[in-house]
Amino acid sequence: MALLEIRDVTRRFGDFVAVDGVSLSIGAGEFFTLLGPSGCGKTTLLRMIAGFDQPDAGSIEIDGKNTVGVPPEERNVHTVFQSYALFPHMTVEQNVSFPLRMSKCPQAELAPRVREALEDVSLLGMEKRYPNELSGGQRQRVALARALINRPKLLLLDEPLAALDAKLKERMQLELITLQKEVGVTFIYVTHDQEEALALSHRIAVMNKGKVEQLDQPATIYGFPKNRFVADFIGECNLLDCTVSAVTDGTMILDVEQLGRVVASGANGTTAGTKGALALRPEKVSIARELTAESCVNRFNGRIFDYLYTGDVTLYIVEVDNGRRVEVMLPNNAVGRSSKFFEPGDAVQIGWRDDAGSFLPD
Amino acid sequence: MSPRAQKWVISGPPLGYLLIFFAIPTFIMVLASFRFAGEFGGLAPLVGTGNPDELSGLTFENYQRFFEDTIYLELFLKSFIYATVTTLLCLGVAYPLALMIARSDKRWRELLVLLVILPFWSNFLIRVYAWMIILGPQSGFARAVNGVLGTFGAEPIPLLYSPIAVIIGLVYVHLPFMVLPLYVNLEKHDPALLDAAQDLGAGAWQRFWKVTFPLSLPGVYAGAALVFIPALGIFAIPDILGGTDGILIGNVIKQQFLDARDWPFGSVLSMVLTVLAILFAGLAAWVARHQRI
Ligand SMILES: Nc1ncnc2c1ncn2[C@@H]1O[C@H](COP(=O)(O)OP(=O)(O)O)[C@@H](O)[C@H]1O
Ligand SMILES: [Mg+2]
Repeated sequence: MALLEIRDVTRRFGDFVAVDGVSLSIGAGEFFTLLGPSGCGKTTLLRMIAGFDQPDAGSIEIDGKNTVGVPPEERNVHTVFQSYALFPHMTVEQNVSFPLRMSKCPQAELAPRVREALEDVSLLGMEKRYPNELSGGQRQRVALARALINRPKLLLLDEPLAALDAKLKERMQLELITLQKEVGVTFIYVTHDQEEALALSHRIAVMNKGKVEQLDQPATIYGFPKNRFVADFIGECNLLDCTVSAVTDGTMILDVEQLGRVVASGANGTTAGTKGALALRPEKVSIARELTAESCVNRFNGRIFDYLYTGDVTLYIVEVDNGRRVEVMLPNNAVGRSSKFFEPGDAVQIGWRDDAGSFLPD
Repeated sequence: MSPRAQKWVISGPPLGYLLIFFAIPTFIMVLASFRFAGEFGGLAPLVGTGNPDELSGLTFENYQRFFEDTIYLELFLKSFIYATVTTLLCLGVAYPLALMIARSDKRWRELLVLLVILPFWSNFLIRVYAWMIILGPQSGFARAVNGVLGTFGAEPIPLLYSPIAVIIGLVYVHLPFMVLPLYVNLEKHDPALLDAAQDLGAGAWQRFWKVTFPLSLPGVYAGAALVFIPALGIFAIPDILGGTDGILIGNVIKQQFLDARDWPFGSVLSMVLTVLAILFAGLAAWVARHQRI
């Protein structure tokens, strides 16, 4: 039995549907992520799980028990708020022991359990500090320790790393993974940052406009997006509008606008005449002055139109002879001072394997 | 401009303000409390003209007089008790009101705050006189109160010209000074803190006592100081609502200056009042600092 069972949950604000018929089933011990652009209803869904808001339709079950009418303080669910919401008038120790004191935990147990909780998040020695004497990362850890100290069934995290700088964010991501494994609590993690979602999660639900667009493991979400929205939202992606012109033995011939004929595998059930898009990740496209790789069944000539240098990789925008622009990613692994391979205007060939992209029917 | 000059430009005006409106008057009062009363009121000259019948110079006489008769200390104690009761009642009435305003819809908040300060638009004395009518023996209010008392078999009590009337007047007049600092404080509270407390298992009562109230203490101290200190020295309300034994220390000070025309002794009483007020303000500030909020 799933730990959290969400069935057809809908939440409206006036005419606006913030959460639209969402169903999710989340197992014990899972690191589950709700990923979607700002305003897609992630926080609203989380607030309903925590008990701060009620669904207009559908049901939420925790441990097989319907949660209707159960207030937040009686749910075995804790939240780490984006602002951390640490109590400014309490020390770290008092903040962390707050849930224990609310549940009338015996006085003698407080100190050892606070110690243990602070050890989990490597904050020993900070007991007497106040929140305004801590750095952003330390506050984050206090919020985690406080939410985990009485081992809730479910921990909800609403964009907990959004306020941290890039380096610290990366470190906290690693710590979160370790912490989740250690404590074994089910995490439901909300973020609009796709890289973070891919890095952390066992499973991801990609949300858009209140609906779940795709629910899968990170590699599946990234490698086999189900539709244009997911392909576009997760990572960089070329979305090439096309029509299926022929299907043979599970292989499709696609007629791509402003590009030409493209061979693609994985036809499963698609019929000729279907319109859609070919989703092609920039790193799956090869680029060279002259392509030699035999495996690139799809090859096109073009010129470098522009590029975006980001240090480790360069994203080239190649304009093929028929006019379509394709993004191609290349690691900057050339030896020597100049690590870029091409300049705008250079004539190049691009190509990809038949299984490099996926066809998304409209 | 040099940093030194800049510092003076910034701190100059407030310092000047304090000098003109606090330091100089206080100094004049201190000096007056050590002088002799003039023959026809006011103060005797500081430097005599040489006439042996004329009083001049400085004296401890006024302070001696203050400590010789316990009546003044008793009046201070009485004023202190009235001011304390007023402050506590104001807090009790103002806190729920301020909380309600702070948690009401943003659209209504400004209007509600306006309603709190609306009484300031009419004259203070008129508002206190209005209470004479409300508390007077013929008023519906007094009859209702005595009717209720009657059903319990108690004797009817006069409301007007009683300590109850003074306390009601004091609470009524000072209420906005408690509501406003409390509201300003409560309005700033991050609602996420209450969500967090509830999420972590705190019921409504615990959320109030563990989060809202401790965080509102600076507002409580500010409001208490703004109510307690003026209530300690007030004379108009006991004059109008208090009847013959309703007087407080403020009334005596007023009498010394306006009726007895004994400025030095009035200054002594004012000095003691000022020192007490500063002590309480300092105490409130100290407590607030050591609560670390
Ligand atoms: N209490 C509310 N009243 C009206 N609209 C709301 C309320 N809460 C959220 N919304 C709307 O619902 C949508 C989803 O909000 P939210 O769940 O906070 O999105 P996310 O967390 O994914 O950014 C937003 O367009 C927001 O304006
Ligand atoms: Mg949100």
